[in-house]
Amino acid sequence: MNHDNYDDNYIRGILNSVKSIAMVGASPVNVRPSYFAFKYLAQRGYDMIPVNPGHVGKSLLGKPFVASLSEIGRPVDMIDIFRSSAHIMPVVDEALTLSPLPKVIWMQLGARDDAAAAKAEAAGLKVVMNRCPKIEYGRLSSEISWMGVNSRTLSSKRAPIPTQGMRLSLNRMSVGGAATTASDRAAKNKNQLM
Amino acid sequence: MTDRLPGFSTLAVHAGAQPDPTTGARVTPIYQTTSFVFNDADHAASLFGLQAFGNIYTRIGNPTTAVLEERMAALEGGTAALAVASGHAAQVVVLQQLLMPGDEFIAARKLYGGSINQFTHAFKSFGWNVAWADPDDIASFERAVTPRTKAIFIESIANPAGSITDIEAIAEVARKAGVPLIVDNTLATPYLTKPIDHGADIVVHSLTKFLGGHGNSLGGIIVDGGTFDWSKDNKYPMLSEPRPEYHGIRIQETFGNFAFAIACRVLGLRDLGPALSPFNAFMILTGIETLPLRMQKHCENAKAVAEFLAGHPAVAAVNYAGLASDKYNKLARKYAPKGAGAVFTFSLRGGYDAGVNLVSNLKLFSHLANVGDTRSLVIHPASTTHSQLDDAAKIRSGAAPDVVRLSIGIEDKEDLIADLEQALSA
Repeated sequence: MNHDNYDDNYIRGILNSVKSIAMVGASPVNVRPSYFAFKYLAQRGYDMIPVNPGHVGKSLLGKPFVASLSEIGRPVDMIDIFRSSAHIMPVVDEALTLSPLPKVIWMQLGARDDAAAAKAEAAGLKVVMNRCPKIEYGRLSSEISWMGVNSRTLSSKRAPIPTQGMRLSLNRMSVGGAATTASDRAAKNKNQLM
Repeated sequence: MTDRLPGFSTLAVHAGAQPDPTTGARVTPIYQTTSFVFNDADHAASLFGLQAFGNIYTRIGNPTTAVLEERMAALEGGTAALAVASGHAAQVVVLQQLLMPGDEFIAARKLYGGSINQFTHAFKSFGWNVAWADPDDIASFERAVTPRTKAIFIESIANPAGSITDIEAIAEVARKAGVPLIVDNTLATPYLTKPIDHGADIVVHSLTKFLGGHGNSLGGIIVDGGTFDWSKDNKYPMLSEPRPEYHGIRIQETFGNFAFAIACRVLGLRDLGPALSPFNAFMILTGIETLPLRMQKHCENAKAVAEFLAGHPAVAAVNYAGLASDKYNKLARKYAPKGAGAVFTFSLRGGYDAGVNLVSNLKLFSHLANVGDTRSLVIHPASTTHSQLDDAAKIRSGAAPDVVRLSIGIEDKEDLIADLEQALSA
């Protein structure tokens, strides 16, 4: 897997197949990126589980916080990690003790741990690093185009009638990877510096 | 299976657009509305808090304009774009995100005269100080860097003489200085040059010129290359620090590699107000669909006219980078291999008076202050676009008193040459 530049079909396949997402590092503070992403994904129909030991006893948009992955107590399809790169490995190690195993490990924008990714992939999981599922969902559905963002998709088909003011189809034709050639190059250069 | 990357002409027609979900309209409709109904209070709050993508008010975004923005981002190879009312507005909005009062930016001396005025006078009153550098002398950019430098600004093909800027060399200066390179790509358009591929971080355009292409609509755009890390130090607080106007959101942390375009929209356009009319966005979108065809014809005609002028006894010199003899031809072959654009200058042996006579004797060329129209245009920069500069500055910027600027249209080249021939001999 080339973690510098994901094929759209890889990302689309993940977002179209997972149903439950445990978000590690979810914040109840409504200006944090994790809060945005949690709310957005919950509104798109994903079964969201907030994981943050600092907020046990509270809930996020009606979903109770759990302290750790092992305390979720039911199978979960994807682990979305809202932690910096240095804190990824323990989360992946814990994810790999779950039974059944989750299908996907997703590390947020800015987070990347190639060793953790390799370990998860060796166990048969799919891994995405340094991406935001909210942005990817918005991009692949072209909803994000309302912000002038380059969705890198084209379509000559009539868009679905908006639901909740949103275009929800993920099934547009892709014309490129997750970002652009230039942004991928910049991200790669940045990673090499780190 | 790897996704196939479509060509430029396909993107020019399709990127950003999709048949309308409600009506099936194939052409992007003109959403001539100021505002958009919210689904409910939570949706409204999510939109205002930047938590959801969607439309609020046409000063901040509009579905017609959004198609134009995505199309331009796709054509330039950027992550996102923001359309504004004019090229000048684009420059204000970009620099507002980057400079605080007392900060500096470095700009190439060879620029559109209006930009020279904007940078020298209007921005001075904001406390944004410009340092000028010579695009033919890369070291002059290095020498101009200070601890307060926040950006470097150049034109890819530079007004008025159509000279070609060594984007990669200046991008390297910007990279070493830790500041973004902003390239005004108006005269090249992404069909001829894609500055982001050569190291630019931000691209701006006057859409009024070749992109709209028909001389009927003003517009400007900012394209985010997605290449610059705004949070590596605290030089760019608009992007890296919590924003009080959005309850403490940090723009780059939240929006990643299209953060600059979002900052321009929600901190710049929202608060400064230079919104593009949806009607103008529609006109410009229609223009962009034929950009590749028009640019081919513009460049072919320009080369033919430049060759004619170079062989004419009344002409002292022709500055067109597409001519093999031109000092910028080597750079043109690198940065604009499909053509050196259609704006260039020449000077007449008869000096200032001959230039004025030529302009008044032309019958097909229009004497006006624009470039990048389907029609061929002529102007005398020293008395118009560059008139507010002193003589030394006019010469430095390529607008000496004896210089005439042409913008070659898409008419038949034989007719353009015949018009110049009769005007030169009249």
